[in-house]
Amino acid sequence: MLSVRDLRIAFDGVEVVRGLSFDVHAGEVLALVGESGAGKSLTAKALLGMLPPEAVQTGTVRPDLSSARGRRIALVPQDALSALSAVHPVGDQLAAAVRSVARVSRAEARARAVAALDRVGIPDAARRARSYPHEFSGGMRQRAVVAMATINAPDVLIADEPTTALDEERRDQVLRLLTEQREAVGAALVLVTHDLEAVRRHADRALVMYAGRMSELGPVRDVWERPLAPYTAGLLACLPQNARARRLPTLPGTPPTPDALPPGCAFAPRCTRATELCGREEPRPQQVDGRLVACHHGEKA
Amino acid sequence: MRTIPLLDVRDLVVRYGAVTAVDHVSFSLDAGETLAIEGPSGCGKSSTAMAVLQLRRPDSGEVRFEGRELTGLTEPGLRPLRPRMQPVFQDPYGSLSPRQRIRDAVAEPLRLQGLRPTAGQVAALLDRVGLDPSYGDRRPHELSGGQCQRAGIARALASNPRLLVLDEPVSALDPSVRAGILNLLADLRDELGLAYLFICHDRAVVRHFADRVVEMRDGRITSR
Repeated sequence: MLSVRDLRIAFDGVEVVRGLSFDVHAGEVLALVGESGAGKSLTAKALLGMLPPEAVQTGTVRPDLSSARGRRIALVPQDALSALSAVHPVGDQLAAAVRSVARVSRAEARARAVAALDRVGIPDAARRARSYPHEFSGGMRQRAVVAMATINAPDVLIADEPTTALDEERRDQVLRLLTEQREAVGAALVLVTHDLEAVRRHADRALVMYAGRMSELGPVRDVWERPLAPYTAGLLACLPQNARARRLPTLPGTPPTPDALPPGCAFAPRCTRATELCGREEPRPQQVDGRLVACHHGEKA
Repeated sequence: MRTIPLLDVRDLVVRYGAVTAVDHVSFSLDAGETLAIEGPSGCGKSSTAMAVLQLRRPDSGEVRFEGRELTGLTEPGLRPLRPRMQPVFQDPYGSLSPRQRIRDAVAEPLRLQGLRPTAGQVAALLDRVGLDPSYGDRRPHELSGGQCQRAGIARALASNPRLLVLDEPVSALDPSVRAGILNLLADLRDELGLAYLFICHDRAVVRHFADRVVEMRDGRITSR
């Protein structure tokens, strides 16, 4: 569906995303995961063509859907309240989204808006379409923005930390809704998150990023069960649900800043498996057991 | 003979207008114990924490700390007790003043008691939470989220408390940073005999960290 090759994003000559290649398959949920500053949000913005003007992007994203934003690729906004206009009825906003990409009559756009609200489970959708956002509950607003993002049946949906501020229960509700709606319209979903539990529960594949590069890419079930990259293994080991002792394992040190990357593998200074080679040569992603692993010692895990 | 619990909350009620956020909540906490209150957003767990600390006066009910009833006390009456029960909040940046240097933020609870902490005392507090004392010269925005949360914990420890009220202290943090903070809190609990009232919506964290868990929903405790 989308093919990203050697994507690089730099600010003031400092590369923050450093040569990322991956595909988004039709209909899948692909999670971009990693710690703050790993470059996952910037990667998602590049797919949408929404990088800030001062960012310098190289590499290819094919097909380039950014010119068809709203129609073939759509963003699910993080904040449902600020994503909707307070001064127009919800149904009008959805109908406007339809008419911004398709030449249809007002009546047709209106009918599609009501159908979309109905599809996301808003009761009495024809009547609720005439309501303003402030007349919706928080949960209904969330549903309305998902309806908005999916109304033109895009090929790719991008959700950037859609559940960061939510508790587990609401997180699962929102992600269930998103994955259901993705299925209903046949879109792929790219989910950007640092919530590893949400990834385990809702994503098909995970792209684990570290310091702007791929650490590991593979089916969530396999990666979570047997992480091959030491970074992935270290990250998963930190989760309390995976703890075998009272004391939780942590990754030593902190992630490097983009302007002061260590030579060789960026994770090497924090890695228990690092050897002299790791400090010298940056590992390239290699096929191991049906996934991609960027580690000189990945196959020995 | 039964000892007096460190914290004993009876029939606590907090209302915001017509909304009852905390609806006759009762629990107790012994010295050195960690009790977690778990529940979804809006269940009343943070309001409970604020009412325990008397940062938001409850509408009715009792809060006994070290055997003393707090709800009837005036603010001057509470002042000598405040150092013994300290909060740590979720947003590490929001809970420290952006203009204040870390060493001043950490020393503040002692200054509020009329004490004059020495540079050595502040350095020892920073060291205690795993921060190099040189961080004392920095301001919050010059620290990472995890470092900032450590500074918040150092500040809470400054006045030698017996109870920390931790309101989602690790919810905004990356997994490894979160694990480090949970380990630190566990160490402090063991070494200083601190009791924790731990407010958290993350089940896995709660199960791992707490001695006891009560679940809250719609202002009430639904299971314990």
